[in-house]
Amino acid sequence: MSEGLYSMEAKNYDKTLDLKKVKPYGDTMNDGKVQLSFTLPVPKGPEAVEAAKQLLKKMGFENPLVVFYEELTPGFTFVNCYGSLTHTVNYEEIYVPKVESKVMSMEATDEFIKENIGRPLVMVGASTGTDAHTVGIDAIMNMKGYAGHYGLERYKMIEAYNLGSQVPNEEFLEKAIELKADAILVSQTVTQKDVHIKNLTHLIELMDAEGLRDKMIVVCGGPRISHELAKELGFDAGFGANTYADDVASFVCEEFVKRHKK
Amino acid sequence: MHSKVGLDFKKVEQAKELSKQIAVEVQTFVEKYTTVATERTICRALGIDGVDENSVPLPNVVVDFLKEKGALSQGVIFWLGNAVINTGLTTQQIAEKIATGELDITKDAHVTNPEKLEEALRPIITQTIERIRANRLRREKYIAEYGEDSARPYIYVIVATGNIYEDVVQAQAAARQGADIIAVIRTTGQSLLDYVPYGATTEGFGGTFATQENFKIMRKALDEVGEELHHYIRLCNYCSGLCMPEIAIMGALEGLDVMLNDALYGILFRDINMQRTLIDQYFSRIINGFAGVIINTGEDNYLTTADAVEAAHTVLASDLINEQLALFAGLPEEQMGLGHAFEMDPMLKNGFLYELAQAQMTREIFPKAPLKYMPPTKFMTGNIFRGHIQDALFNIIGIWTHQGIQLLGMPTEAIHTPFMSDRFLSIENARYIFDNMHDIGDEVEFKEGGIIRERAKEVLDNALELLKIMTSEGLFNTLEQGKFGDVKRPKNGGKGLDGVVEKGANYLNPFISLMKGRK
Repeated sequence: MSEGLYSMEAKNYDKTLDLKKVKPYGDTMNDGKVQLSFTLPVPKGPEAVEAAKQLLKKMGFENPLVVFYEELTPGFTFVNCYGSLTHTVNYEEIYVPKVESKVMSMEATDEFIKENIGRPLVMVGASTGTDAHTVGIDAIMNMKGYAGHYGLERYKMIEAYNLGSQVPNEEFLEKAIELKADAILVSQTVTQKDVHIKNLTHLIELMDAEGLRDKMIVVCGGPRISHELAKELGFDAGFGANTYADDVASFVCEEFVKRHKK
Repeated sequence: MHSKVGLDFKKVEQAKELSKQIAVEVQTFVEKYTTVATERTICRALGIDGVDENSVPLPNVVVDFLKEKGALSQGVIFWLGNAVINTGLTTQQIAEKIATGELDITKDAHVTNPEKLEEALRPIITQTIERIRANRLRREKYIAEYGEDSARPYIYVIVATGNIYEDVVQAQAAARQGADIIAVIRTTGQSLLDYVPYGATTEGFGGTFATQENFKIMRKALDEVGEELHHYIRLCNYCSGLCMPEIAIMGALEGLDVMLNDALYGILFRDINMQRTLIDQYFSRIINGFAGVIINTGEDNYLTTADAVEAAHTVLASDLINEQLALFAGLPEEQMGLGHAFEMDPMLKNGFLYELAQAQMTREIFPKAPLKYMPPTKFMTGNIFRGHIQDALFNIIGIWTHQGIQLLGMPTEAIHTPFMSDRFLSIENARYIFDNMHDIGDEVEFKEGGIIRERAKEVLDNALELLKIMTSEGLFNTLEQGKFGDVKRPKNGGKGLDGVVEKGANYLNPFISLMKGRK
């Protein structure tokens, strides 16, 4: 299975780079070489190898090659594969919409705040309303953070207060005023019967009534929250699944600077 | 003892003496109090289990009832003992009647004689003690039959699908690949719940709940695969948090083998109140000691918040204190999986030498302990290829310095919870190195005045200095000042302080004398 070691295949394809038709590069322009590994839920054997090859072909690979396979446990076979990709992309036409805030590392955020604001930002967070889940707010705020992203408590230039769960909106705002919050972070995990929408709307209404809405940056987060939804409800930003403390911290400090420049 | 890194054992002795003084102060405090979790643990040890119609666990029902009546300081033994004498019902039946509001056990409790109270509860107490003892004997029998290579670390991997039945598939696969310990990751945030959920978990968030049912399901699965492989597979879960002793007794009842069991971790990284969790820790470690469970401590986490080179001595100082606290709970050294970690920046010149020095030093300072050695996490970047090599260097130190428990790193650390294939690659990595370098530790000593000996000396000296300061300040003040992990926690802050109660005149916990330091 080592026929790939010294390739005897004729390289009868155009070997000049064309940005309109970009494909992966192994050791020759346009060879399209890709390595990938995955596990199939089938026993080890020639059928498993064939299944992997057929999948590779469906993915658009020519010359699919299974270079290694091993049964991880009865009924699960791990494969290492190579192939030449037939697909191309037009690099010249690629457009990536600009995100409003640039996500910075913890260190860069601390540095950014130090340089542009000159004092620590106060951020007060809670899981509000009836929501008893602290998972989300803890992932963002706790020292240890989540999935390798340290929480706001660890930032040197952020004074982070995590008020925990089931904090009524009134109490939450009271505390935010007392702590002179620059930003408040609301976490909503429970979304049954759209309870999160009602609760989030209530918070914004309260803030409007008290004339607080423009005094603080207000963000929300949770597995069912999107930026779009948050904006619709009157928040400055929303953070859904796969966003972490660094996303929140970067947004808040950049937004703070933007507002105070005006 | 001869030291390969030239340790001055007089300094080690001095460090242990100072740590003992620090632990004495904590112990004196701890013995005056009980907590809601400790009392719920006694309820469970008295056979109370299940939930009421609102899904509230019955141990919570009983303890909350007593707390609301202002009666908790006498402890559940006093009230339940009296209730058994008065009603002739079992403790479980009594708990059920409290749940439905049919019974007020704070009325007519006249018996204060400890022997009479214990007598009334004797059958269930004996049943619990014998069940835990039988689990211990079961483990010992398996190990005697299958044997173990004590010269190499146990291979420890995690499963974290959030569904206990899917976890079983992953765990059995890992066992067949060569894992010795399977840790079932808990749902995010369970450490902050002041109750233990009931029943099997099929939809957890980043893990499953530690529940007695989940323990039972996984124990059975590991015994099955262990018998197939002729290899005893240890089961690990996590009891640190607000329910520390409660989860410990559930683990003891279901035959778990390893438990994360560290108050300092909860204080620093979960913001749990220090008084609460240190009181809880005492009883939990008594239980784990009796059950033959290896405890793991979480010092490795200090190096994810503080710098691994600069803060190495804080890990050692904390391990030394944790050792003394565990000794007070009667936990044998052979069950102390004290934590430390391989967390230096991989770009640091000679970083491997420093890591090797520290691992060997830790080995020699705690010669009998099955040290828990944690893999690189902080500098795992998503570059799975370099990550696999970082894990290999970590594995080399593990076998070289005879670490007890090698918590295998995964190349995909910081990307996702392990795929079945990630675990396979990591176990293959460890087994290759553990076999290929099996006896290297017995072949090599380190040169006098060299980098390795100097590093070991420096870390021990710094730990000694820190312990001296801590001896005069006390552990509580030290934690308030942020000496560990750069995290500051106030003595009256954090979660769970309202669950602490001073012991009253009739307070009893017969399980302490039945379990502490015993087999």
